[in-house]
Amino acid sequence: MAERTVDARGSFCPGPLMELISNMKSMQVGDTLELLSTDAGSAKDVPEWVHKVGHEMVDTNQDSEGTFHIKVRKAK
Amino acid sequence: MRILVVGGGMGGTIFANHLARRIHHEMKTGKARITMLSASHEHVYQPGWLYVAMGRATPDELVREQESLLEPGIEFHVDPVEEFHLAHNHVKCKSGKVHEYDLIVISTGSRAMPENIPGLKENSVNCYTADNAVEYYKQLSEFKGGRIVITVGLPHKCPMIPLEVTFAMHDFIKDRGLLDKTEFYYTYPIGRVHSLENVAKWAAPEFDAKGIKYETLFNMKEVDGKNAKVLSEEGSEVAYDLLVAVPPHKGQEVIEKNGLGENGWIPTNRHSLHMEGEHGKNVIVLGDTTNLPISKAGSTAHFEAETAAENVAAVVKMGRPVKSYDGKVFCFIEAGKDRATYAMFNYQNPPQPKAPTGSVHAFKMAYNKLYWATARGLL
Repeated sequence: MAERTVDARGSFCPGPLMELISNMKSMQVGDTLELLSTDAGSAKDVPEWVHKVGHEMVDTNQDSEGTFHIKVRKAK
Repeated sequence: MRILVVGGGMGGTIFANHLARRIHHEMKTGKARITMLSASHEHVYQPGWLYVAMGRATPDELVREQESLLEPGIEFHVDPVEEFHLAHNHVKCKSGKVHEYDLIVISTGSRAMPENIPGLKENSVNCYTADNAVEYYKQLSEFKGGRIVITVGLPHKCPMIPLEVTFAMHDFIKDRGLLDKTEFYYTYPIGRVHSLENVAKWAAPEFDAKGIKYETLFNMKEVDGKNAKVLSEEGSEVAYDLLVAVPPHKGQEVIEKNGLGENGWIPTNRHSLHMEGEHGKNVIVLGDTTNLPISKAGSTAHFEAETAAENVAAVVKMGRPVKSYDGKVFCFIEAGKDRATYAMFNYQNPPQPKAPTGSVHAFKMAYNKLYWATARGLL
């Protein structure tokens, strides 16, 4: 299963969630994506979308520089 | 230094003209040379297609001969690149001609791909080519009432377009006395009506005041043309009488075919604008072609091109670049037929859009004509 990282730090438009959705389309079921985001809203809006569509949240944490690392698995 | 520009759109043209003006002397003395390769002899002001779709412009107003826009001394060929040999500093064109370079700038743009969503191409209109904008106007002008649904794919070029087409169509329908027979239903991929939070905070009350309904967290999955419904990845479905699409986009096929980037987006350093990877040292990427997490818009290409031109000129003159791209983007937002606002932002600072005014709209209309000075590297 492939893994990819999407660096959406400093992205206001299209923003981290739109970057994640765009990338998920190119992934295979079972692949994982780590989203890097400096937008605190990502910790809330990414899980909201992931759960609504039916993908899987793997992990969320914030590093010492304030960047959120949000890991998602494509489930369908 | 042999500088090769691949792509004659906004990014490539603004870059080449800015650079040519800065290294005029070096070009004259043979120390530097700029060559541009494009797939077309025409240069199109793509933001103008919105006005074509609303019957407020015709396609020919938006086109100039590419060669007429270029600074003297820039060598121009209509001969699209088919092979990039970045390890050997040359490209091969459709004609079979090989161009060698010391520095290459790739600015090949993006394309709308409605065919990537089942049923979308056959059952919707959009304003992403001249022909599509004309068809959009035809269907809109023949519209007698019903539900107009706006649906948005990712990624897409010009992030303000979903809002702009909605506001513009609202005024169009209002002027034709059809507002009481028409329902507007706006859908958007994330949990608010626009990616920019402050723009969403402004736009949602505007929608409410106009009676425009909206559904967020709606990513189109397919269009059922037989039953006139659009279905979302999130499990909902919306019936339409007229479906207006902002289709998902891809970069150019030649980028993918040459293995330069998935979906035609080239991995790019957000500050230097150089291609990432072992051959990126003498490769600059501009505009929609980058994989940067910023707006795919002419404005982005414009500011990137200015930064890159200043850097390349500095390299020619003193061997080192002088600037770092800060993520600057400036987008007008048409809020109907006679009001507009704007959003300006960069990697560090979000936009703070103001209430739309007639004067910003007037400036946008003026800029639609002034664009040709931007393309020439003058504005």
